[in-house]
Amino acid sequence: MQEHKLSRRIFLKSSGSAAAVVGTAGAALVSSEAHAATPAGSTSTNLSYPKRSVGKAGGMPVNQAVNFSYPDPSSPCVALRMGSPVPGGVGPNKDIVAYSTLCTHMGCPVQYESATKVFKCGCHFSMFDAENSGQMVCGQATEDLPRVLLDYDAKTDTVSAVGVDGLIYGRQANIL
Amino acid sequence: MTTTIKDRIALPPKDAQKTNMTCHFCIVGCGYHVYKWDANTEGGRAASQNALGVDFTRQVPPLQITMTNAMTNTITDHSGKRWNIMIVPDKGCSVNSGLSSTRGGKMASYMYAHDGIGKERLKNPRIFRGDKWLDTSWDNALAIYAGLTKKILDTDGPSGLLYDCFDHGGAGGGFENTWGTGKLMFSALQTPMVRIHNRPAYNSECHATRDMGVGELNNSYEDAQLSDCIIATGCNSYETQTNYFLNHWLPNLNGGTVDKKKKWFPGETAAAAKVVIVDPRRSATVAICEQIAGKDNVLHLDIEPGSDTALFNTLLTYVVDQGWHDKDYIAKFTKGFDDAMKVNRMSLEDGSKATGIPVAKIRQAADWAYKTKASGHRPRTFHAYEKGIIWGNDNYVIQSSLVSLVLATQNVGRRGTGVCRMGGHQEGYTRPPYPGDKKIYIDQEVIQGRGLMYTIWGTNPFQTTLNAEEHRRVLSRRAQIVNQAMAAARGASVEQMVDVIYDACKNKGGMYVVGINLYPTTLAEEAHMLLPAAHPGEINLTSMNGERRLRLSEKFMDPPGSAKADCLIAADIANTLKAMYARDGKADMAKRFEGFDWKTEEDAFNDGFRRAGRPGVGPIDSQGGDTGYLATYALLRKAGTNGVQLPIKRVEGDKLIGTEMAYTDGKFDTKDGKAEFKPAPWNGLPKIVADQKAKHRYWINNGRANEVWQTAYHDQYNSFVRDRYPSAFIEMNPEDARTMGVSPGDVVEVFNDFGSTYAMAYPQKAIKAGQTFMLFGYIRGVAGDVTSPWVDRNVVPYYKGTWASIKRVGSVDDWKQTISFKQRRFG
Repeated sequence: MQEHKLSRRIFLKSSGSAAAVVGTAGAALVSSEAHAATPAGSTSTNLSYPKRSVGKAGGMPVNQAVNFSYPDPSSPCVALRMGSPVPGGVGPNKDIVAYSTLCTHMGCPVQYESATKVFKCGCHFSMFDAENSGQMVCGQATEDLPRVLLDYDAKTDTVSAVGVDGLIYGRQANIL
Repeated sequence: MTTTIKDRIALPPKDAQKTNMTCHFCIVGCGYHVYKWDANTEGGRAASQNALGVDFTRQVPPLQITMTNAMTNTITDHSGKRWNIMIVPDKGCSVNSGLSSTRGGKMASYMYAHDGIGKERLKNPRIFRGDKWLDTSWDNALAIYAGLTKKILDTDGPSGLLYDCFDHGGAGGGFENTWGTGKLMFSALQTPMVRIHNRPAYNSECHATRDMGVGELNNSYEDAQLSDCIIATGCNSYETQTNYFLNHWLPNLNGGTVDKKKKWFPGETAAAAKVVIVDPRRSATVAICEQIAGKDNVLHLDIEPGSDTALFNTLLTYVVDQGWHDKDYIAKFTKGFDDAMKVNRMSLEDGSKATGIPVAKIRQAADWAYKTKASGHRPRTFHAYEKGIIWGNDNYVIQSSLVSLVLATQNVGRRGTGVCRMGGHQEGYTRPPYPGDKKIYIDQEVIQGRGLMYTIWGTNPFQTTLNAEEHRRVLSRRAQIVNQAMAAARGASVEQMVDVIYDACKNKGGMYVVGINLYPTTLAEEAHMLLPAAHPGEINLTSMNGERRLRLSEKFMDPPGSAKADCLIAADIANTLKAMYARDGKADMAKRFEGFDWKTEEDAFNDGFRRAGRPGVGPIDSQGGDTGYLATYALLRKAGTNGVQLPIKRVEGDKLIGTEMAYTDGKFDTKDGKAEFKPAPWNGLPKIVADQKAKHRYWINNGRANEVWQTAYHDQYNSFVRDRYPSAFIEMNPEDARTMGVSPGDVVEVFNDFGSTYAMAYPQKAIKAGQTFMLFGYIRGVAGDVTSPWVDRNVVPYYKGTWASIKRVGSVDDWKQTISFKQRRFG
């Protein structure tokens, strides 16, 4: 049910030149809609993350932020094809990664700067390295940027979001 | 459970216990609330179901809350009961208004849990025997400690007893603990052989400004919202006074407080503040100020290292030549202006030559900071400074130069002004007077083989002192002499062992080393005894921040094992000695150790802070002044995270009324109440430093990084910090790195005539050729190993005055794979 709603947001390509700071969150930021996904059951240590197609690896532009939402519409995320292998990267070149774009400090939208491959928060100036698992470069957060865990299906060249490593800002649990 | 859950948090239920906590760490002292509740329960997502009153059934909008996994923990009390805790910033605290920093946001994680980040905490006293550390009882540890202390005191006098002790607030300090330790060292033991946590003697970091009558914490954080111009010298406030910068500077730099200024200062020209940053390095603060205020409103004076005095003297001369100084104010409230001008006068050309700053930029700075405003009013300029000056080229002279400039332009005692140190730790000083008449360079005493017993209390000179390599080498050798003697004392009783240790120290050049701390720390490599201390939350503790704001951090959990507050450890030592002297029939000596019958931290607070200045009480040096007695724990609990700004003026009902700004009446802290100008001759670099500069290519600037608190005593166990900085980093110019064949993450040796150290290379575009910046005081890679032993007239070091050579020595593959080497400057 939720798959249909989310699919509309897939591959909302960001605007702006490669060198400029690229807005990633924009209008997608923090929808007021609340969605009750299946909460964690008492028989599981994992939350019930949906599996959600992010798109075809081959169709992803290199080093440009691709907006999507995960695990629900009020959680803006960005997928990136970095162009060369990175830790945790998936896809044929092990270079595709994805992150929540809500700063773990206080939830402001981080923006992807393609020239440096760094996410920057304009509120309190935290920076996170897109090429290095979202590690905080400098800033006021106490956690790195949450990584969206990705699955790659070589047969269909499809990249899917399957979980989130780290707590998304403004949530008691990643699944509302 | 084998799975680490990182995507959920337990919420505090409505009935969770809620107490006040001031951040343990930096000077700013952000207000936090601690929630504690039965670990078997949790609050619900609906706003009505959790103590935070936040609706978690839907995505919480940005800036509404700061709540991360690092702000939670599960602790166990002494009865075995498990509790969840959450420590989150308080929106109602005027200091931080709900902001948390990357340091304070980790407080909950750092509270003790047997399986948590803090699991290496000292739980019980330890003694080193054979080849290992053994837990022992307080009784046994105190019998050795007090036995040896007494033997030294009786035979050699107090000068055999050396101490390296904190004098600050926050964790590892506070008014209770500076009093407890001070009363033990100064009025009971009466030893003058004491140094302070970050410097090699018992001295101030601010002698000059105090001699001039201007205490170094003289305004409120709110004044930074009201300034026309901020001149920030040698302080990187985004990284080291974070929420002061974000909550008070930022809204002024972006124009957010213009309306407030108009309201406070009717008729005065009001605009967004301009900022002048004096720092040889393009710091994170410079880059962020440019983001906030726009480059046109930020002037970065990247002076030649050590030339601050030349800059301030030049500005003063220019201001006077322009007639922008306040002649009436100078005549009425100050003295020594003419004499100071004779020495401090420096032309724009000479100033430019000494500082490397073009004349036009010096003029620009003066125009922004001192030129009469369009409305005809004198600008309100706030002068902020910290370690760039304090650990600079002759602390006393730089401060004399800076404060003279400030007095001439009346930038103190008016709202929106101030000349203040930014601070490192919080403050919290209450002690009997120091029992000596001169400054003693304790590190040199150690190096020269003097002293018999060294208690290192809440400090770590291995990581933080100057000339550290030689100091560590000598102390290690002397400690080893004692170890060898103890090993040879087969089957010795406590009394026999005390005699053996004494003999090794007195006759063989040994030194008995005791560490009193939260953790073993790197001291454990050399110490013979470790005593476990406690930090706020495990104890009640009061401190004040950089605007003299006194708060009580409330106890909400047990310390680990038998750890206890430093003041109660001091009391245990004193009481043990008292009993020993009483047994010996030495009533006069026993009497010196009276007055430590404290059961709680509050007893120590009442004995020190609250007795200062009271009738019939001997002299007590206290930052609470003579009105400290008005502050009771009960009133401070009510005052919450906003507390009261010292000195306290009065109590109205159950509310403490404090002081927002000092010197508003023009009466300064001198005998006649007049502020005193000081001559500040520009002398260039000290010879020992200039010699290193001539021999070695790189300036080894050093200081702090945002993410690391102090010696990393907690952070070293936290993967968020340790995995980012497994070693001290050294920022270097990318072209310099390239010519040396150094890649990001390589290990370089940094060496000069004083020592050598190692660091992880971190090339940064912001760093000029020939300059570097090394993380100070870190767990691996000690910057102090290459600093010279030079100190100013008050034995204040010149940590920043280091030149060295650099050589690539290798690499660690894991670092290159897992650590980000992106630019640390925003924008």
